[in-house]
Amino acid sequence: MQEIFGVPAPLLFGQLLIGLINGSFYALLSLGLAVIFGVLNIINFAHGALYMMGAFVAWLLLNYLGIGYWPGLILAPLIVGAVGIVIERAMLSHLYDLDHLYGLLLTFGLALIIEGTFINFYGVSGQPYAPPEILNGGYNLGFMFLPKYRAWVIVASLAVCLGTWLLIERTRLGAYLRAAVERPDLVRAFGINVPLMMTLTYGFAVGLAGFAGILAAPVYTVSPIMGQNLIIVVFAIVVIGGLGSILGSIVTGLGIGLIEGLTRTFYPEASSTVVFVIMAIVLILRPNGLFGRPRE
Amino acid sequence: MRLHRLALASSALVAFGTVLAGAAQAEISDDAVKIGVLNDRSGLYADLSGEGSVVAARMAVEDFGGTVNGKAIEVLSADHQNKPDVGSNIARQWIDQDGVDVIVDVPTSSVALAVQQVTSEKDTAFLDSGAATTALTNDQCAPTFVHWTYDTYALSVGTGKAVVDEGGKSWFFLTADYAFGHQLEKDTAAVVEANGGTVVGSVNHPLSSSDFSSFLLQAQASGADVIGLANAGGDTTNAIKQANSFGIVQGGQKLAALLGFITDVDALGLDVAQGLTLTTGFYWDRNEDTRKFADRFAEKMNGQKPTMVQAGVYSAVMHYLKAVEEIDDDGGKAAVDQMKKMPINDFFAEDGTIREDGRMVHDMYLVQVKKPGDSAGKWDYYEIVKTIPGSEAFLPIEKSSCSLAKK
Repeated sequence: MQEIFGVPAPLLFGQLLIGLINGSFYALLSLGLAVIFGVLNIINFAHGALYMMGAFVAWLLLNYLGIGYWPGLILAPLIVGAVGIVIERAMLSHLYDLDHLYGLLLTFGLALIIEGTFINFYGVSGQPYAPPEILNGGYNLGFMFLPKYRAWVIVASLAVCLGTWLLIERTRLGAYLRAAVERPDLVRAFGINVPLMMTLTYGFAVGLAGFAGILAAPVYTVSPIMGQNLIIVVFAIVVIGGLGSILGSIVTGLGIGLIEGLTRTFYPEASSTVVFVIMAIVLILRPNGLFGRPRE
Repeated sequence: MRLHRLALASSALVAFGTVLAGAAQAEISDDAVKIGVLNDRSGLYADLSGEGSVVAARMAVEDFGGTVNGKAIEVLSADHQNKPDVGSNIARQWIDQDGVDVIVDVPTSSVALAVQQVTSEKDTAFLDSGAATTALTNDQCAPTFVHWTYDTYALSVGTGKAVVDEGGKSWFFLTADYAFGHQLEKDTAAVVEANGGTVVGSVNHPLSSSDFSSFLLQAQASGADVIGLANAGGDTTNAIKQANSFGIVQGGQKLAALLGFITDVDALGLDVAQGLTLTTGFYWDRNEDTRKFADRFAEKMNGQKPTMVQAGVYSAVMHYLKAVEEIDDDGGKAAVDQMKKMPINDFFAEDGTIREDGRMVHDMYLVQVKKPGDSAGKWDYYEIVKTIPGSEAFLPIEKSSCSLAKK
């Protein structure tokens, strides 16, 4: 069997593929964070809790209303997005002129409240959520067994990431958005409703977290603490990619997924720390992140 | 001569003082017995211990009558967040400032080992139900300590042996990278090898990893008959769930969840968990007494049946209170010494005894998770396959490396 650095090649390919799958979760979440930071200037610590909420909404829909995975895939992000809009209108919109720290503290508190509420009702062990019938089973790729559901995760999340990137970089709406980030006063002078745009942006970005949540529901156990560990990693990814850089967050998300996968093969004990080591190195060499540019 | 007499007098005085101090100690301090339930209240072990253990401790206090020899009994609780430093700080503060007399539960072996140092130094009783490592009754044993519910040795002779006997000869371990995981892997590997099996490899994963696919792929590539999961709580459920989707079980490899709680089975659902072999110190549906306790417990816990850890907390607190009542003293070593003299007979243990090294010896149960069709509903999850007598379930005292056992 061919070996690469002492690891059989098929095993290595398998690890890379798995890294890509995890990376696509990271990409979806860090994309939302980057959009929120870019447009609203808020460090959204509630992102992990809203991701968890997406998974739980899917579970609740199935168990109380009998609504399955496919309609849930649309409904869960919409419901989480709606919650996001309420949060933005009721609370975040009052903080835009204040220091970053206020937004961070508020969203961190929100995350604790949301997680605490779910723990109170459902406990931490989690709830089972089966993948839809059609995505059961898997493909034998020769070097590994790829579950159909995981393949679907890559396709779905990359499509959504690409769509979001095109929306922001290549459409008129996206141009308004980018302009509003640079000079909100000028954009408003052109008769564009900037506050509404910000509300919808937050709702959309949070909806992306909800989407990641329902994608994750059949992979991990649906548990109130599923977002806790993830959010820290995703933050590190956003910092590595460059705060506010959309393309940066997608590319970095996938990249970190790959690097984590490799670490799990060569030195598994470090797999949960490697992302922070990379973050430290990037911050030393490029303080604005790999894709970021200096902010005045 | 005068000097000599003075020295004699002063030494007599010192001796008298010591006796006085000793006498002053032999009573219930602060006119109250304070029980501190220290466990994970928000993380991955919160369902198997957490609030349920506090409820169990309160039930024991209530059933005991609320007072011991006329002194009030109080129950405190705190979250150690699975961090040894947090756990030992709370223990220290509880003992020094709040007058806590006994610390119970403490899941997460690394935290339990840290708390053990504090309680043994401060002569406070420590009754552990949630942690698994046998180090607590071996190298790091203490005269103030009792290990109540289970340990890594019991898990390995239960599940490990059962799986080898079924033909699972070669093993690959997925191990949680801390004190508990390493101990469980070590103990199980010994059992596997003693029964003619081999260990072909292992991989250490960080605590609370949500994605196990990379590790599972390595286990799959090893070609081992059995993938031994030397982890617990959410780590175990995530690993089992993902092993299922990666076709590991379908591919002919068997999963051995070395430590599984009934709450884990509930989280997985019977579709995924069916057929798993587990070792447990308690199952709620074993007899009339266990059912009675479980029903009362479930009433206070939104219908959740007690895990072995929570049931063990009740049993340990009850036995402690009986011992304190007997000697009218809540000093750590004194209370534990008395506990060691009394047999334990309740819904949890029949003729349980506490050995010199602090191990509470009772029967363990080898169970198999039911098929969805055989289950009457929520929490009806186990079929008891075998009762493992206490004498076989735990490390023989001759092999214990505890200094207290070598007399």
